[in-house]
Amino acid sequence: MEGDIANMGQFIGAGLAAIGSGAAAIGVGTVAGNYLAGALRNPSAAASQTATLFIGLAFAEALGIFAFLVALLLMFAV
Amino acid sequence: MRPADEEMTDVAEEASGADGGLVFHPLDQFIVKPLIGDGPVHWYTVTNATLWMAIAVVCIVLLLVTGTRGRAVVPNRTQSIAELIYGFVYKMVEDVTGKEGLRYFPYIMTLFLFILFANYLALLPMSFSTTSHVAVTAVLGFGVFLTVTALGFILNGPSFLGMFWMKDAPLVLRPIIAVIEIISYFVRPVSHSIRLAGNIMAGHAVIKVFAGFAAIAAISPVSVLAITAIYGLEVLVAGIQAYVFTILTCVYLKDALHPHH
Repeated sequence: MEGDIANMGQFIGAGLAAIGSGAAAIGVGTVAGNYLAGALRNPSAAASQTATLFIGLAFAEALGIFAFLVALLLMFAV
Repeated sequence: MRPADEEMTDVAEEASGADGGLVFHPLDQFIVKPLIGDGPVHWYTVTNATLWMAIAVVCIVLLLVTGTRGRAVVPNRTQSIAELIYGFVYKMVEDVTGKEGLRYFPYIMTLFLFILFANYLALLPMSFSTTSHVAVTAVLGFGVFLTVTALGFILNGPSFLGMFWMKDAPLVLRPIIAVIEIISYFVRPVSHSIRLAGNIMAGHAVIKVFAGFAAIAAISPVSVLAITAIYGLEVLVAGIQAYVFTILTCVYLKDALHPHH
């Protein structure tokens, strides 16, 4: 294994940033799960809330994408 | 070197090119190249990004022009698609922003169609994914941000700033909330554009990573199956991201039209 310590730091940092994707997965799961729970209790109100569902999913997912972006920056841009 | 290490190196070399890493770089697909020759890329150079954006625009024009040419009472397939997309976006704008927002429907329809077609054209093999570039999505995102902010001030005057001053909150907390609201307002265009670019770029990069694994004989069947599955997911993501971008535009537009809700 060659390479200097700065490279090692980059890769470790990128790996740590990837944890953020998992955290975003928890968020997306919470949003979708709660929507489903609510939709099964009151199916007649479910259709009107799909837009809210997607907005919530988008906000939760965006932060995971930011974490992925940090990982990419560390891997290829720093 | 011990035998175990040698074995590892063999497997690694099988999967890697001359200078280590995968056979091809998963992010190589996003390189912007001039279409003719390989000189430097200026702002006026016709690149593969320009080509695929133009193809997206041509496809939209073809769909809408051929779709609305007949204006049959019983629509044919092209007309049905055009009407479905029109009705879908129209209803979305009406639901989120109310009747007043319908005046801005053409802008939102344009955004939706462009992003949808760019996303789907990017899924064709050997094509170039224009929406995976933050430069492209940032123009769309900051365009929405500037439009909405200007619109908010034109329609509401200085009282548009009341959006940041929460009347329902206790007086002590209001300045703190105002700071947070202002920060979140200015982060909007960044997250708006990076969400789209990041999703598309991540999806395409994952497909390429699995395509790189296909070079290793032992796991190539698994990776081909994985590519198929991820491609299906990406078809879904392409549609959802176009929808999310447009619906967030509608939400921001609603804030400009009714800042005190």
